[in-house]
Amino acid sequence: MSSEAHTSAEYIHHHLQNLTYGQLADGTWGVAHTSEEAKAMGFWALNLDTLIMSFLLGAVFLWMFRSVAKSVVAGTPSGLQNFCEWAIEFIDSSVRGSFTAKNNMVAPLALTIFFWVFSMNLMDLLPIDYIPLLLGSFGVPFFKVVPSTDPNATFGMAIGVFLLVLYYSVKMKGLGGFVGELTLQPFGKWGMPVNLLLEGVNLIAKPISLALRLFGNMYAGEMIFILIALMGGAWAGFSATNVTLFGSQILLSLGWGIFHILIVTLQAFIFMTLTVVYLDMAHQEHH
Amino acid sequence: MNINATLLAQTIMFALFVWFSMKFVWTPIVAALDARKKQIADGLADAERAKLDLELAAKRSAEILREAKAKAGDIIANGEKRGSEIVEEAKNQAKVEGDRIIAGAKAEIDQEVFRAKEQLRTQVSSIALAGASKILGREIDAKAHNDLLDKLVAEI
Repeated sequence: MSSEAHTSAEYIHHHLQNLTYGQLADGTWGVAHTSEEAKAMGFWALNLDTLIMSFLLGAVFLWMFRSVAKSVVAGTPSGLQNFCEWAIEFIDSSVRGSFTAKNNMVAPLALTIFFWVFSMNLMDLLPIDYIPLLLGSFGVPFFKVVPSTDPNATFGMAIGVFLLVLYYSVKMKGLGGFVGELTLQPFGKWGMPVNLLLEGVNLIAKPISLALRLFGNMYAGEMIFILIALMGGAWAGFSATNVTLFGSQILLSLGWGIFHILIVTLQAFIFMTLTVVYLDMAHQEHH
Repeated sequence: MNINATLLAQTIMFALFVWFSMKFVWTPIVAALDARKKQIADGLADAERAKLDLELAAKRSAEILREAKAKAGDIIANGEKRGSEIVEEAKNQAKVEGDRIIAGAKAEIDQEVFRAKEQLRTQVSSIALAGASKILGREIDAKAHNDLLDKLVAEI
């Protein structure tokens, strides 16, 4: 029983470890083969699986839209163009709904965020063992298929959004205006330290909440898939218990998968909407 | 699950994706959507205008028809008037001609009558002379009774 618990913990651990490339303890550069090695690499290491998957997904999304954009016609649209137009109009209308200032960058930004996050989240619905097993047979020690379960990916995007928020805050209100907004309210100039504390937390909370919300949802979802997968993974010969567990795994992963379709879409939409809202706040003179 | 340089790489990748999507995806597709919107609006406006034009044309055609009818009526009335005028004229002309012919004929008849009378008159004198000579039983010297005869002729 203890050995089985050990392998379950290993299984979970294996699924939650990124494929990390960095400087190994002996000074050479390479892929970490254990979590301890990956941890020891420190900051200057790259999660190859996150990078490769997110790049592939983003490239597929952009390639698809680009192929439409190249052959786009104003006349009767067909096939993929219909889908892309629907998507763009959907994004455009939701941006118009929550973004009041004029900025040509926000809508494409929202489009990119929505589809990129959506496709990254969607990887969660792939059977969790297939790709790690396939790549494992080629000697790849770890592979996390869902980039949005890596906080690096979600924080990466959130930092990008945060930089935009800072940039547009300064651009629209001026440096003085932005600093004033951080320090002179809500309590007037005599409450400056308190104001700075409140508004500073308010400001910092934006990227952190963006990143952690997406990461937390996807990580938890992935975790539950892993736990469900453990049920059938405990298979040890034909017995009533094992068959029941195996059947439960199928049913539960189906149920959770269907429910996850909602989460996948919803999280992508929330990330997009919040980005738009934060940018809108950055464009407002007074808020 | 460590925070590492992947963070930076993801931020850069994100920025590049957004830039690409803004430049090469959003702009052309939205331009096409706008173009279509304009096309549709133009089409609707055209249809509206065409409808108006049709209405106008129908109105105009009705007007033209009415005008044409009135004109045709006028022409017919004119024709009829003219016809009756011509008939009237012809009648008058015929009457005049007839009168002229009658007058000519009358004159000819008068002339003929006059000639016949003249002839008769000259013959009467000779008949009278012949008669008188028969009655008298001898020749009448025309010369001797010429003045008598002339008087007789003048009397007839």
